[in-house]
Amino acid sequence: MAEIRNYTMNFGPQHPAAHGVLRLVLELDGEVIQRADPHIGLLHRGTEKLAESKPYNQSIGYMDRLDYISMMCSEHGYVLAIEKLLAIEPPIRAQYIRVLFDEITRLLNHLFWLSAHALDVGAMTVFLYCFREREDLFDCYEAVSGARMHATYYRPGGVYRDLPDSMPQYQPSKLRDTKEIARLNANREGSLLDFIWDFTERFPKHIDEYEMLLTDNRIWKQRTVGIGVISPERALQLGFTGPMLRGSGVEWDLRKKQPYEVYDRLDFDIPVGVNGDCYDRYLVRIEEMRQSNRIIRQCVEWLRRNPGPVMIDDHKVAPPSREKMKGDMESLIHHFKLFTEGYCVPAGETYAAIEHPKGEFGVYMISDGANKPYRVKIRTAGFAHLSAMDELTRGHMIADVVAVIGTLDIVFGDIDR
Amino acid sequence: MTDTRQDLAAHAQKMFGESITAVHEFAGQLTLDIHRDRIVEICRTLRDDPAFAFEQVMDVCGVDYLDYGRESPTGPRKGPRFAAVYHLLSLRHNRRLCLRAYLDDESPMIASVTGIWNSANWYEREAFDLFGIVFEGHPDLRRILTDYGFIGHPFRKDFPLIGHVEMRYDAEKKRVIYEPVSIEPRVLVPRVIREEGFAKG
Repeated sequence: MAEIRNYTMNFGPQHPAAHGVLRLVLELDGEVIQRADPHIGLLHRGTEKLAESKPYNQSIGYMDRLDYISMMCSEHGYVLAIEKLLAIEPPIRAQYIRVLFDEITRLLNHLFWLSAHALDVGAMTVFLYCFREREDLFDCYEAVSGARMHATYYRPGGVYRDLPDSMPQYQPSKLRDTKEIARLNANREGSLLDFIWDFTERFPKHIDEYEMLLTDNRIWKQRTVGIGVISPERALQLGFTGPMLRGSGVEWDLRKKQPYEVYDRLDFDIPVGVNGDCYDRYLVRIEEMRQSNRIIRQCVEWLRRNPGPVMIDDHKVAPPSREKMKGDMESLIHHFKLFTEGYCVPAGETYAAIEHPKGEFGVYMISDGANKPYRVKIRTAGFAHLSAMDELTRGHMIADVVAVIGTLDIVFGDIDR
Repeated sequence: MTDTRQDLAAHAQKMFGESITAVHEFAGQLTLDIHRDRIVEICRTLRDDPAFAFEQVMDVCGVDYLDYGRESPTGPRKGPRFAAVYHLLSLRHNRRLCLRAYLDDESPMIASVTGIWNSANWYEREAFDLFGIVFEGHPDLRRILTDYGFIGHPFRKDFPLIGHVEMRYDAEKKRVIYEPVSIEPRVLVPRVIREEGFAKG
């Protein structure tokens, strides 16, 4: 009788379904997973240590690069921690803008997650559909910050600048004739808010399209129903947050339970799953996109009616306007000090958490009163989710590993930091 | 909200008595400084007692207080160098709690809470990797974020930002080699601590 031994296999780091640089060491008995040991850290950049060596505002850009699928949400957690230490509150319009862009970011994240997850499991079309909508959302990012991904738009005390009154338009070129240009520019005639409004009109129909392709699809259900099942008790034990926790039926959303900014003034629902498998988590995220659409519409309506400042008037943390700086000695000094030294934050420590598209994104910040943070610890949802990989995949077939990685919604920028 | 925090602090002091060495409240966050030897006991009560019901640990992290307040007029603060910080969340009562345990300077060590909250597993590995804090009783205390065979604990304050070694591919030896770093450390904006009210008005 031949000796039968378990087989150890490397999955990644160069694997299209590894979502970046995941190295997974799998111990297999035939095709059944006995043990999964994720090796992470291949994208470790020491963001927290870098943040300790720079004035507060200079690290905002690093936060975009943590979770490079949902950029502004990570910024949000960071500036919220600084605001808590400084005990300042941004103007109401800035809070609405932040919520608006948090929800746009949630759509960006869930669209990317859906497309990548479906592609991993074998549905190519969804990928193309989702990227079509992501393009419009990137245009919103670009219109407001000048960058399509790494926006660096939020600041302690508000946002960098107000929403633009006009959308950038396509220009005629050799490749496109005037009729084509007119079609492309049709929803770009007005302001950014008009463009977002137009998007929210179209978007629910697009979600219906994705659902039409997947929700009742026999292959999709075979690949996701009953895969990676997690009970609510285990989900809490394993530190799950966000859609991973709600997929198991625990109704917990920081936007409702510990509202920050203006979430308590907005009307939206929290979807929860029943079985805690990959399919339920898919349904939860789909419904979250519909709810985000609702929130965005409420924000756009409010922002249209209520102009106002988007940055606090305290020149200790926010720079004075260019015009004031040129004409007023004190403003010049403020400006100079702010850009050469930054601002000092009172000594103390705080933990600020937001409902990131992936789960709870928390920033634990310790200040010793200097112009740089003493310690920044970033708590990301993906880290806790990936640590449960072993439990989620044990006893499943190797093909299900791909479905489980997909459902975890992992991005290595925020796991490795 | 303030009332529930004070209730929580009072109840914790009643339950744990001497084990709590200090209570801080700052910016809406309640922090309990606890004695490191009692960590497992305290955490188990915090999870199981319905009055606390902290079902989740959100974060476990290390802190190195070596340079804390170095630029201030009074100089760096005296006291223990390392601390392990735990962020707990209670879904039932919708509140958070922060625990801090100061550790030994020479060999920072504390009992693992992996048996109480399984999610602490990777967080403790991370704190071990980055700060060299040893979590006693951890099932699998390996490095997690740094390279295989990495030497040192990079997030300690005496570890330079540029690191000690750099790596490159050596065409002659046909393998990746490690060499001492060739770059100089530089500080673009010096660290300063200004007194309260500086640049105000």
